[in-house]
Amino acid sequence: MVPPLKETPSQTAGPYVHIGLAPGAAGFEIYAAELGQDIAGPNARGQRIRVQGRVFDGTGAALKDVLIEVWQANADGRYPHPETPTSDDARGQVEPGFRGWGRAISDFDTGDWQFETVKPGSVCGRDGKTVAPHINLWIVARGINIGLNTRLYFDDEPEANASDPIMALIEQTERQKTLIARRQDHGRADDAQAPVTYRFDIHLQGPDETVFFDI
Amino acid sequence: MTPPDYFTRDRRWHPPAFTPDYKTSVSRSPRLPLLSLENTASEITGPTFAPSDIAPGDNDLLTNFAHDGGSPIGERILLHGRVLDENARPVPNTLVEIWQANASGRYRHKKDGYLGALDPNFGGCGRVLTDDQGAYAFRTVKPGAYPWRNGINDWRPAHIHVSVFGRAFAQRLITQLYFEGDPLIARCPIVSTIPDPAAVQQLIARLDMNETLPFDMIAYRFDIVLRGRRSTLFENRPEGN
Repeated sequence: MVPPLKETPSQTAGPYVHIGLAPGAAGFEIYAAELGQDIAGPNARGQRIRVQGRVFDGTGAALKDVLIEVWQANADGRYPHPETPTSDDARGQVEPGFRGWGRAISDFDTGDWQFETVKPGSVCGRDGKTVAPHINLWIVARGINIGLNTRLYFDDEPEANASDPIMALIEQTERQKTLIARRQDHGRADDAQAPVTYRFDIHLQGPDETVFFDI
Repeated sequence: MTPPDYFTRDRRWHPPAFTPDYKTSVSRSPRLPLLSLENTASEITGPTFAPSDIAPGDNDLLTNFAHDGGSPIGERILLHGRVLDENARPVPNTLVEIWQANASGRYRHKKDGYLGALDPNFGGCGRVLTDDQGAYAFRTVKPGAYPWRNGINDWRPAHIHVSVFGRAFAQRLITQLYFEGDPLIARCPIVSTIPDPAAVQQLIARLDMNETLPFDMIAYRFDIVLRGRRSTLFENRPEGN
């Protein structure tokens, strides 16, 4: 038997990751279309949402050069992928134009990032267990030697979160809250079309250190 | 039927998060253990890309930002290789994106203020989908070394950043390739975040005289390995795992 190859080792994306993955943010136009600009597309079913936040380092400073990739199921809990588990078949096909994937870039001055999408549905997990609605995030930046995986859950899904098998793996239950985005009440009476907004801050270190996954 | 899981990532082969000689990692490294997850649908799926997502010339950095028939300054190179998984199977139709400094070591980025000159004909990024054998190729110029504020006199070896997707979010990877023979590789604190010297060797693109075009461009070969997959007892996938 031939021994397996070794996975190519990771290196930091560095401070200029935007040149490669989002050149418009780096300050120049080169491609006819940038990738990762539209996560859900115009046909997506479900509730339109906006997620905003910042990524903080161990000193409490917001990272101003971070890039976050988003990966999520549609409102029916289905991933747009040919190998999505077949037990989800009854939920139907993903809408045309729904990519479930996108990129968010922090503002170079403030560190604020945001993306707009639709709220995902519950996903079929291992052994048929239901996984609460969540968005998978992958974080790269200068100083991060290997991309960090985490998940965003929603604070207005308390019952689903309480029975989520991934949440249940977090022995220090106090840390579960680091994965839960908080719905913002902005008093939207003046703008009924505005998407529901969730706040999700990520802490790389410190007392509020976000739970990161080895997937 | 549930698709097979991916091999467990060997984190001793990758750089740890906390590497004090690379100073920026000190405040940006998680200190608590990662939570180990078995693969679920969220990890074994990932975004897919089609030829319509990109343009045919996006992988030619010699022309994709050049103006009025101009050409970038620097040593012209063909960078090519294959994307394989740990079972040595090709990973077809996957997106490979690269970015780099120009020949003077300067990035086209509004936050890069290095003394090196910007090249008006060089953007510094490219992208391509692998073919059915997992092969990819870029035309570009060899990037220059440049100084950075880590130690007082640290210089990054010439390098190109590489981002690759694979078939699943579990395979997502960003790395950097270096060039065979560069004396700065052994001195670089970012290279040295990798604990195993054999793993560093995997990041060094090799001079490839067989693909070098006489009187045109020097070729370097760089193969990329993504995570492999286990077999399943009820395999019905014609391509194997």
